[in-house]
Amino acid sequence: MKKFLAEIDVMPLKEILDPQGKAVTGSMKNLGLPEISNVRIGRHITLEVEAENKEAASEKVETACKKLLANLIMESYNFEIKEI
Amino acid sequence: MKVGVVVFPGSNCDQDLIYVFDKILGQEVVPLWHKDHDLQNVDFIALPGGFSFGDYLRSGAIARFSPIMQEVIAFANKGGYVMGICNGFQILTEAGLLPGGLLHNTNRKFICKNVYLKAQTQNSLVTSAIASNQVLNIPIAHGEGNFYAHADELKRLNDNDQVLFRYCDAAGNITEEANPNGSIENIAGVCNASRNVFGMMPHPERAADAILGNQDGLPLFESILKMVNA
Repeated sequence: MKKFLAEIDVMPLKEILDPQGKAVTGSMKNLGLPEISNVRIGRHITLEVEAENKEAASEKVETACKKLLANLIMESYNFEIKEI
Repeated sequence: MKVGVVVFPGSNCDQDLIYVFDKILGQEVVPLWHKDHDLQNVDFIALPGGFSFGDYLRSGAIARFSPIMQEVIAFANKGGYVMGICNGFQILTEAGLLPGGLLHNTNRKFICKNVYLKAQTQNSLVTSAIASNQVLNIPIAHGEGNFYAHADELKRLNDNDQVLFRYCDAAGNITEEANPNGSIENIAGVCNASRNVFGMMPHPERAADAILGNQDGLPLFESILKMVNA
């Protein structure tokens, strides 16, 4: 068995208003950074997974994302995986 | 009617629901611990409000995988009556038993206040005894009550008469100003397509006892009793 590290990003879907991101965007002006716009805030998740190979590990991470880590009605996800 | 109230770690409205079903409505009630698998032959299951598992990850996301939820899902899929209030509603959407999802309130605040609601259909277990022009004053208490559904899902909800409640003003007008949390089309509660699973963000159990000075939630429970005992 090999061990893999997955780095997962879960983001609110584009069509959904992200009030947290909007508030942060607003504060950029106050920082003197009016060039920054459209801040969107999601979550970054890391996890370790044991599997025979990278493909099998990806499949497990995919299942975890679909079933629990992201709610596909409101969020999208993507991840990168590497052996550790 | 025998009622089961599911208790998750972090539930905090379970005793309110038990009180209403037992003391106000005179029904048999059993608490159902989230780690159990036995539904104890109940006729109706209620998922209470609260902060199950500390709202970690997303509200309701972890509770949805509690052992009892596998039984609740099987019960619902066989046509059993299940209702979720507040966190219970969030859990039911996470479990896929109800359409849509609950996002953070658009103002990012936890909102705890009385709001006005109107039933949108009488064709449901929880609204059958509520007149279409009746305005109910019911408390909300949530940070993630902003109901969202994709456009096609929303169309299905409207076409199939699955919207149970919408937020309105004191006169019963469904307006943007009366929408406390940003919910799409002011939706405060929905049911599934088979009309046996119900969810709502407002707390009727907090407005069902005369001693609290507000019994606007009572018609919901009376609807349930009337239909289940029929």
